[in-house]
Amino acid sequence: MSELPGDLEYTKDHEWLRKEEDGSVTVGITDYAQAALGDLVYVELPEVEQELEVGGDMAVVESVKAASDVYAPVSGVVLAINEELADDSEKINADPYGDGWIVRIQPGDDGVGELMTPDEYQVFLDELED
Amino acid sequence: MGQKTPLYQQHVDAGARIVDFGGWDMPLHYGSQLDEHHAVRSQAGMFDVSHMTVVDISGDDAREFLRKLLANDVDRLTERGKALYSCMLNDDGGVVDDLIVYYLDDHRYRLIVNAATREKDLAWIRGQVGKHNLAVIERDELAMIAVQGPQARSLAAAVIPEEYRAAAEALKPFFGLEAGDIFVARTGYTGEDGWEIVVPSDAVAKLWNDFAAAGIRRCGLGARDTLRLEAGMNLYGTDMDGTISPLEAGLGWTIAWEPSDRGFVGRTALEAVRANADRQKFVGLLLQSKGVLRNHQRVVVEGLADGEITSGGFSPTMQRSIAMARVPAGDYSEAKVEVRGRLLDVSIVKIPFVRNGQVLTEI
Repeated sequence: MSELPGDLEYTKDHEWLRKEEDGSVTVGITDYAQAALGDLVYVELPEVEQELEVGGDMAVVESVKAASDVYAPVSGVVLAINEELADDSEKINADPYGDGWIVRIQPGDDGVGELMTPDEYQVFLDELED
Repeated sequence: MGQKTPLYQQHVDAGARIVDFGGWDMPLHYGSQLDEHHAVRSQAGMFDVSHMTVVDISGDDAREFLRKLLANDVDRLTERGKALYSCMLNDDGGVVDDLIVYYLDDHRYRLIVNAATREKDLAWIRGQVGKHNLAVIERDELAMIAVQGPQARSLAAAVIPEEYRAAAEALKPFFGLEAGDIFVARTGYTGEDGWEIVVPSDAVAKLWNDFAAAGIRRCGLGARDTLRLEAGMNLYGTDMDGTISPLEAGLGWTIAWEPSDRGFVGRTALEAVRANADRQKFVGLLLQSKGVLRNHQRVVVEGLADGEITSGGFSPTMQRSIAMARVPAGDYSEAKVEVRGRLLDVSIVKIPFVRNGQVLTEI
């Protein structure tokens, strides 16, 4: 399992969030999540300009094993989606924190969901393995 | 923590993701189940199948017993080494297990049955022996590797002891050969050519490592499942069980009805199923859109009762979702499947989907 990037925040649903300089937020799933799912074969992405509610449905990632919902960690509007995932969903497996990004969001005013620091997420993962 | 095969440490050392399979700790994959699947279809891959059960039936009445026990007829095994795929039925005509039986000699047959059904099958077989003069020998000191793919036999041949190499290479499909401590059979569960090799447990780690060194790719259960689904091969417990007859699981071809006086276990009940023209049929499904079909999803057929997917999944070779399903009798080529609350279009297609690297289904 690779190390957790220090510049991201994390959710209990194994999503990561990166705050960009322009105030937008990039979201993906963590290495733990992609390893649990296995090779991904399809990704269902939201539409650009779609409105998101914190904790609501945002995307679906499907592996051979299972389909998994990806929830919005913040409320807001979809600015961009990673269209390369349509032909190459395995980018999420290969580079979950980089090329495997899923959605970029313009956060709204409703605030954010519960977010964890890298250390907090690591503790959360360690407790899961017990 | 489950049972472990003699190759468990090899899997851990190779970085396998270990999961539970029927009470056994088995490798799901060694990094990418999709890569492993493609390796088998294009070159060669190998599977640890040591958790499967080898049962030798030995004695004067072995053949007569098996003609009663099995729905297929071992009288069809006229050459030594020849094998047969058969179901073993209960009195209701339901499937106790599917298996391969090899004719070793007039007094010895070898059965290879599933891992998850080991205890049940042994109890069932022993319970059927009655007054037959034979022994039922569980060979749990043996381990097994399946090497599969267009290059599997040639890569594995270089590793087989030289004295047996020629005989192994000469094996015809669905034949097995005893060669010293080794038993080699040209059978498999992937739809590709290859061998299943049975060896003593204390010899299997070396064989596995030698095969890996020869370029045969380690493959886990994830790839095994996508390969067998593409090949249209049933998985016991998923596509059929004790409540389902072979006729409703696409296995009618494995039943030897002739000679009509062969009273195999389950025959009477099976004849009633055969006579029922309204019984469910077993078909392949091809999802028309993106997404993945999953076990137990509801199949909606216009004007008829619902069916159900037995084995659903993704075909890496076709890059499409496929499934096998039990559906109502009738003449139709399309249906819908309820996937996560939506009804998606599927076409009804023949099984198998892929064999010997070739896609058979019209995509």
